[in-house]
Amino acid sequence: MDLFTDFFLLKDPNVKWVVIAVVLMSSSSAVIGCFTFLRKRALVGDAISHAILPGICLSFLITESKNPFYLLVGAFISGWIGLYLIDYITRNTKIKTDAALGLILSVFYGIGILLLTSIQNSGNAAQSGLDKYLFGNAASMMPSDIKIFGVFSLVLLLLIFLFYDSFKLITFDRNYAAAKGFPVKRLEFLISILTVFAIAVGIQAVGVVLMAALLITPAAAARYWTNDLKIMLILSAAFATVAGISGTFVSYTFPKMPTGPWIVMVLSLLAIFSILLGKRKGILAKWQKSRRVETKMLHENILKCMYHLGEVNSNFLELWSFAEMKDKRSLSSKQLNEGLKKLEKNGLVSIRGKAARFTEKGLEEGRRVTKIHRLWEIYLTKHMQLPADHVHDDAEAIEHLITPEIEKELEHQLEYPLIDPHDSPIPYNNKE
Amino acid sequence: MDAFWIILTGSLVASSCGLLGCFLLLRKMTMVGDAISHAVLPGIAIAYLITDSRASFPMLLGAAIFGIITTMLIEFFSKLGKLQEDAAIGVSFTWLFSIGVILISFFAGQVDLDQECVLYGEIAYVPLQTIILDNGIDLGPEAVWMLGFNLLVVITVIVTGYKGLLVTSFDELLAASLGISTVFWHYLLMSLVSLTTVFSFESVGAIMVVAFLIGPPAIAYLLTDRLPRMLILSVLAGILSAIFGYFLAVGINGSIAGAMASVIGLQFILALFFGPKSGLNILKSNLAKNEKQKISA
Repeated sequence: MDLFTDFFLLKDPNVKWVVIAVVLMSSSSAVIGCFTFLRKRALVGDAISHAILPGICLSFLITESKNPFYLLVGAFISGWIGLYLIDYITRNTKIKTDAALGLILSVFYGIGILLLTSIQNSGNAAQSGLDKYLFGNAASMMPSDIKIFGVFSLVLLLLIFLFYDSFKLITFDRNYAAAKGFPVKRLEFLISILTVFAIAVGIQAVGVVLMAALLITPAAAARYWTNDLKIMLILSAAFATVAGISGTFVSYTFPKMPTGPWIVMVLSLLAIFSILLGKRKGILAKWQKSRRVETKMLHENILKCMYHLGEVNSNFLELWSFAEMKDKRSLSSKQLNEGLKKLEKNGLVSIRGKAARFTEKGLEEGRRVTKIHRLWEIYLTKHMQLPADHVHDDAEAIEHLITPEIEKELEHQLEYPLIDPHDSPIPYNNKE
Repeated sequence: MDAFWIILTGSLVASSCGLLGCFLLLRKMTMVGDAISHAVLPGIAIAYLITDSRASFPMLLGAAIFGIITTMLIEFFSKLGKLQEDAAIGVSFTWLFSIGVILISFFAGQVDLDQECVLYGEIAYVPLQTIILDNGIDLGPEAVWMLGFNLLVVITVIVTGYKGLLVTSFDELLAASLGISTVFWHYLLMSLVSLTTVFSFESVGAIMVVAFLIGPPAIAYLLTDRLPRMLILSVLAGILSAIFGYFLAVGINGSIAGAMASVIGLQFILALFFGPKSGLNILKSNLAKNEKQKISA
C-alpha cells in the first residue's frame, strides 16, 4: 500500500518525471495512431516498430554510447528504411502488402536480434539495458532520457495540432483534398514521418515487440465512443495515459516486470470494454438500437392490424378480441400481450380483458401507418414499374422508417391518390 | 557435431515453415500467420507452468487452445464489434502476446522459460537435450525428432491434399463450384501453422518463426510462377539461410536464429535485384529493346 501511495502522490521526484514522460510518449503515439488506424494502415505500425531494432543497435555500435538522442536517430532511420522497402516491394513486385509487411517486420527484427545478442556477448559494459528496448521499461529511465523523450513527444503533439485540419482532410477524403490543391503526397509523407517518429519514441515505454498496440488499440477503443475526430484523438490519448501510468506503476512496484506488456494489457481491457459498451458503435448500443426498432415495428404492426379490422365495417373504435387480431395478422400471443400493454401505457389503446380498442390518438397512428404502407405501394407500382402483387413486402418494411417529411413528399409526388394498387382506399386525415 | 545438429534443426524449421508459408502467401494471409505465432505464447506459457516441463503434448494442447482463441477473438472484434480487419488482428495478437510475456515474467525463475526464449529461441541449446535410450544409445537431439515429425506431417498433408490447397488458394469460386470446402482447408492450414509454431518455438522463438514463414516463400515467389517449383525453391532458400546463418552467428557471436533471419533478408534482396523478373533485368531488357529499335531505325 505504501508503494501505491508513494507512486500516486508522486513523492519520489524521479517518479514524477517518469510518469510525465510516459504520459507524453504514450499519448503522442495514441494520437498519431488514430490517423494510421483510420487510414487502414494499422499493421504498418507493427512492421515499423519491429524494423526499428537494428537502428538502435547500429547507432549503439557506432557511437558506443546509449545517448537517447543517437539511439532515436538510429531508430528513426531504420524505421524509415523499413517503411520505404515495404512500399518499394509492393509497388515493384507481385508480392502483396501483407507479405511485404511480414517480411520486413521479421527480417529487420532478426537483424536487430543478431546485432543485439552480438553486442551483449561482446562484454561491453555500456551495453547493459539495451535489451530494455525489447519490452520497454519506462520505470528505469534516466533523467536525461526523460528530457529528450518528453520534449520529442511534445513536439510531435504540437505538429499534429498544427496540421490537424489537413491531416483530417486527407484521412477522410484524399481525392477531395487533392482537388482542393492540398499537397497530399507531402502531407502523407509527413504523417508517415510522424508515425515512425512516434514509434521510435514510444518503444522506450512499450518496447519494439508490442509497440503496435500503442498505435492501434487506443484508436480502436476510442472509435467506439465517438464519430468526431477531435474527441477520438483526445479519448485515445486518455486511454493511453491510463495504460501508461498503470504500466509504469507495475514496473515501479516489481522492477523486474517490463512496462510494455502491462501497458498493452490495460489498453486491451479498455478496448474490450469500449467494444462492449461504447456509445457509438459498441455491441450493447447496437443491440439496444435494434431492440428499439423491433419494438417500434411490433407496435405499428398491431395498430395497423386494428385499423384493418376497423375498415371492414368502418367502425374503428370497436372492441377487438385478441383472437380476431391474431386471425388478421400472424402475431404470437406473447408479442400481442406485451405490445398491447406498452401501447396502453402510451395511451394508444385501451384493454378490456382479452380485447382492446383504439383511443383517438391510437386510431390516428394506425391510420398513418396504413396510409404510408399504401402510398409506398403506389409509388413502387408507378415509379418502379413493379407489378401490384410484388409491392406488399417492401411496403411492410419501409412503413416503419418513413419520416413525416418523406410522407409529405410522397403524397405530393403521387398527387394525393385515393386508392392503392389493391383498390384499398388511402386513409387521409380529415384535416388534410 | 553441434554445428551439424543446429543447422539440421534450422533446416527442419525452415522447411516446414517454407512449405506452409507458400500457401499463406498465396492466400494473402501472412499477417494471420504472424498473429497466430504471437498469440499461442500464453498457451505455451500456461502449459509450462502447469506441467513444469517442456513436454510437447501439453504445450501443443495449450497452443492449440490459444490458436482457436485467437481466431475467435479476431472474429469477435471484426464481426460482432465491426472493427476493421487489420486493427482486429493487431489488437488481438498484441493482447494475447502481452499476457504470455506477463506470465513468463511473473513466474521467471520458477520455470525454465524466459524472455530470451520468446524473443529469439535457444537453438544453440538444441544439441544439449538428446534422447538417450535405456541401453545407452544416443539418438540425437529431441528437437530434431520433433521437428522431423512436424515436417513429415506437413509434407503428408500437402502431398495428399495438394489439389484442395491449390484450388482454394487460387480461386475460391472454382473451389466452391467443385464442391471443395474453403473453410476446411483454411482451418487445416491454420492448424498446421499453429503446430509448426509450437514445435519451432523453442529453437527460433515466437517472432522469428514469422521470418521463416514469410521470407523463403517470398523469395521463391520472386523467382517462379509455378507452385511446385515455388515450394521447392522456398525450402531451398530456407535451408541455405540455416547454413549461412549458423556461420554468420558464429562469426560475430550473436543469436543464431537472428542470423538465419538476416540471411533470409539478404537472399530476398538478391532475388529482388538480380532475379529473372527483377527490376534490374527488366531495365536491361528494355534498354536492349531500345538499342535494337534504334539500330533498325
